[in-house]
Amino acid sequence: MNSPRPPVPLLAWRPMAGILFRQIVLYRRSVPRWMEIFYWPLLDLLVWGFLTLYLKKIPTFMPSAVTALLGALLLWDLLYRAQQGISVMFLEEIWSRNLIHLLIAPVTPLHVVAGAILSSIAKVLLSSSVAAILAYLLFSFRIFSLGLHLFFFILALLMMGWALGILTTAVILRFGQEAEVLAWGVIFLFQPFSAVFNPVSVLPGVAAAISKAVPASYVFEGMRSVLVTGRLPTGDLIMAFLLDFLYAGVALFVYSRVIARARHKGFHLKLGS
Amino acid sequence: MAGPDSPEVLVAENVRKRYADEGPWAVDGVTLALHRGEVVSIVGPNGAGKSTLIQMMLGLLVPDSGSVRIFGNEMATGRRKVAHRINYASTDLSLPYSLTVRENLMAYALIYNMRNIGSRIDRLLRDMDLASFRDVRVGRLSTGQVARMGIAKALINDPELLFLDEPTATLDPEVSAQLRTTLQTMVRERGMTLLYTSHNMREVERFSDRIYLMNGGRLVASGSVSDLMSRFETEDLESLFLQMVGQKRGKDE
Repeated sequence: MNSPRPPVPLLAWRPMAGILFRQIVLYRRSVPRWMEIFYWPLLDLLVWGFLTLYLKKIPTFMPSAVTALLGALLLWDLLYRAQQGISVMFLEEIWSRNLIHLLIAPVTPLHVVAGAILSSIAKVLLSSSVAAILAYLLFSFRIFSLGLHLFFFILALLMMGWALGILTTAVILRFGQEAEVLAWGVIFLFQPFSAVFNPVSVLPGVAAAISKAVPASYVFEGMRSVLVTGRLPTGDLIMAFLLDFLYAGVALFVYSRVIARARHKGFHLKLGS
Repeated sequence: MAGPDSPEVLVAENVRKRYADEGPWAVDGVTLALHRGEVVSIVGPNGAGKSTLIQMMLGLLVPDSGSVRIFGNEMATGRRKVAHRINYASTDLSLPYSLTVRENLMAYALIYNMRNIGSRIDRLLRDMDLASFRDVRVGRLSTGQVARMGIAKALINDPELLFLDEPTATLDPEVSAQLRTTLQTMVRERGMTLLYTSHNMREVERFSDRIYLMNGGRLVASGSVSDLMSRFETEDLESLFLQMVGQKRGKDE
């Protein structure tokens, strides 16, 4: 036999490409997965879009508030898809009894997370682009009216979604398939405090205090500010990113701890069997 | 060259593992070594600790005490350094059903950082008699074909050490024999080391250079087939297996 092959470098592109390739091929043939990308966002868009058509006819309603509804919907959907993309990818590995194959491969659990993030970017780009085009065609809403700020809004929301996705995954790995409902539900815990469709100022005291710890609340407040006044409260955006880094740090710490614990207790080995 | 004089590929020393603090030992003080080019079987009843032991060898589980080293590398702390040189297939595992055979192999060839992926996959599909199923989704394969697919995945990185957990449990006798021949060729030609578990004692007798018999988390006997037969004065491995398991159950009662 030849001399031993060297270990796979930590930053080798092929393993990441392999993880991403599996995800892309999974989507290529699956109608339910395409529905997840296009069908649900489209339905949301139609329901809320029709509502804005109605609201625009009410004389006392501010036009900027009406357009803010559609902007909020598009950005909320992006956050939701980012979180779900990570959690559901892990669930798919569990359902297909494939997780162990990945855990024994020359990749780390962080590679698996990175692969999930890459596939999440692809899905979010696809889903959001189609939704944004339809919002323009059907309801004359131009998401790009948010200007360059849009990039930062999207980034801040994606980071929050990924952090929650990683945290949810950790909980599923720790507690098993009983916890898989979190993959779909956890983001809605944050919705009332994210100020998606309403400003933080209308929230009752406790809810308003909680919203201060939710990065998305700063993004949605910022979005409304840009649409109404044309100005972005930079401090709010910085706060959103600081909280995002905190969320990501906590999520990665918990995820690493759960994996380390599973290597001692073997809990993850019960998954999918 | 295989046998005790060949280089050690895997060394397990006094490995112990239990899943609950006060629970029974799933693996209790196992010490063994595998040498390059050997086919070694671990046999034992359900719950003997075979799967737990293999999971510790793969670095999936950390032993409570003792150590597992593969190619001199401690698996509990440095799994990634040798993960590209080993692989594993088990009937308990599967691969995504909505991917074709070729797509699944392609994904794992990339994950294992392999090159010449196309020719590698073609060769594996021929070896595993899956060439005509290359573009068939895994979900449409028979149980036996899925098992062969799992073994093809386990061979994607030309492993120097291969773990197979009951590889032929779902295969008919003809396909099992064919698979054994393929694996024996790889062992002979490439010096691959093979550790496998099976409940098919006839197969173990025919296939293994050495056998470890486990019961209650412990190794209760080891040696070549002829060695074990003469030492325990039994006609075949199955009689020895039943004798060992019976003794343990008798003690437990």
